[in-house]
Amino acid sequence: MNSGYQIVVCAGIVPDPLQTLEPVSGPAGPVLKNETMLPAILDPWAAHALYEAAHLAAESPGSKVWLVSLGPKAKLQQVMMTVAQKAAFEFVAVDGAAGGFTEAHDVAAALAEAIRAIAGLDMARLLLFGGWESASRGAGATLQMLGEQLGIVDQFQGVDELRVRPDGALEILERVEGGRHQLSVCVGPPAALGWATGNLPEPRNNPQIGMANLRGVMPALQRAKPFRPAADGARFLRAAAPRQQRETRVVKDLDPAEIAREIAAWISKN
Amino acid sequence: METILFLTHTEADGSLSKAALETLAAAITLRQGLSGASLAVGLVAADDAQAAADSIGGCSAARFLAVTGHDFATARYATDAAAAEALTQASGATLILAPGTSRWARCLAGVAQRLHGRADTHATAVTVEDGAPAVTRWYYRQRIEGVSTRAQRPAQQPAPQPAQQPWFILLEPGSGEPWQGAPAHAALERVPVAVDDRLRRTAFSGWRAPRTDRQTIRPEADLLLVAGAGWTKKQADGQTHPADAERLILGFLQLAQASLGGSKSLVDLSGEGQAVLPFMTHLNQVGQTGSTPRHPKGLATCCHGEEPHVVGWRFINERRAINLDPNCGWARGKADVLYVADAFAVMERLNQILADERQTGQA
Repeated sequence: MNSGYQIVVCAGIVPDPLQTLEPVSGPAGPVLKNETMLPAILDPWAAHALYEAAHLAAESPGSKVWLVSLGPKAKLQQVMMTVAQKAAFEFVAVDGAAGGFTEAHDVAAALAEAIRAIAGLDMARLLLFGGWESASRGAGATLQMLGEQLGIVDQFQGVDELRVRPDGALEILERVEGGRHQLSVCVGPPAALGWATGNLPEPRNNPQIGMANLRGVMPALQRAKPFRPAADGARFLRAAAPRQQRETRVVKDLDPAEIAREIAAWISKN
Repeated sequence: METILFLTHTEADGSLSKAALETLAAAITLRQGLSGASLAVGLVAADDAQAAADSIGGCSAARFLAVTGHDFATARYATDAAAAEALTQASGATLILAPGTSRWARCLAGVAQRLHGRADTHATAVTVEDGAPAVTRWYYRQRIEGVSTRAQRPAQQPAPQPAQQPWFILLEPGSGEPWQGAPAHAALERVPVAVDDRLRRTAFSGWRAPRTDRQTIRPEADLLLVAGAGWTKKQADGQTHPADAERLILGFLQLAQASLGGSKSLVDLSGEGQAVLPFMTHLNQVGQTGSTPRHPKGLATCCHGEEPHVVGWRFINERRAINLDPNCGWARGKADVLYVADAFAVMERLNQILADERQTGQA
């Protein structure tokens, strides 16, 4: 049996989804208008990965969770004020702007460097967690590329459940087509898991965990290495928010039976 | 000059999926648009890929390559990546087009990394702009559409930069028309892949289908019913009616053979263990952290919210909504028709009509 897992959760930060997003031209391609002003949150699917990591670590004595995040220092600090209260982790920061238009390859390289620099990391106990897609690029590419860079050939995407068998093997449920899950059994770490929503609700804020985490956040931000994407990435020809606005026919004061008849006719119409 | 590889896996019965044929059609169109480009086919199959190759033998590909064997029967990162790597190298491909199935989405970005290339996933179109391939895809959860290329500026060199090759593009299923051509005999070249125990650390163990009484998003359905959190709120009598909501929603799904989607707020309520619509799970969720299904028609009921949540039905062609709020951001400007009414009352009568129609049809 192992003496616990070393779980590294990679989680970016993204603009709060309630904000209006508009692309504008920047020196190296499109960027979001007023991006630095937009409030940020931890990437939603990656947040699920963090909650699952904390849950697994709590069930596996000797385990430890690291949260590795790439973003501008000021925004990371802001997001950590909330996230730090959700789960216990050691924070590792990489300082730089990485949004939806940043090359996944470059982000993966920066994260790999940060993870390799974690003292005492044991590949034989490593579980690499992240969201199966980000809410910015939404490509599902970074974690795969990162796994490759770390030499991990057991990778899973769209994970909704991870169970540890008594013999230490990992039972993993991945989303596939048709609302089904694929069940795979992996002999054990190292493995990379891109989480979908999982099954755990968002943990309640725990100020004690928050205080403990935050003691390590500021030093981590001070140690953060700068990230600069390479200049040879994808070249954007254009980017725009769709302006489709439908002419909505608003039907008021119609009897429910009449509405039902109209909808039924619409459904049956080819 | 580009060497385009159409890369796909066969289905369990040895055939090629609709998504694969859509990607093949896109690959052929791309080859026609790129001067001097050639096309190769790469297949990954459990046993014999000959039938699959013959089924697209008339696609005018210059080569048909295949990795076959029991190790490739089901999806597994290690072996699928090894197969894709071998086929890419054997074909000398600079540009790889693959369907965005869960199997390829799991591994091809990793293969791109392994081969020092790049990957673009969830592409909704692959076109030729200024003589070079360009990919259209969505960013920020379907809120910004972008077109990008990996070619240098035309004045410099109209070809992808070597550092960005091979370039893997995964085409989103449903983005185009499937290839329809005559089958013909294909001269299949087998590509060997050594599979050792290191690649077999993970074993496929089966499928888990949702319970038969559980509705999830079914892409093949003509109609998507989107249920919002309003179903769980207090109604005119000051009470909640989750049992009625469940009966009306499930009854409609059965009668209309519709697919079920849910807003995040409704799905989250279920996840938090509240006694509300227990049949709704995250698999039903549409929108920011859910799916963006592509049904011909969509009916939203009791949905509220603004732009970030409305992306859940951006790709629904015809949209109607039932809502008590005539100014709701979910419907105004987003739906073709907004019925300002009580969804409980409308759905009750709608189910009656559909049931009557079914009885009449059976008679």
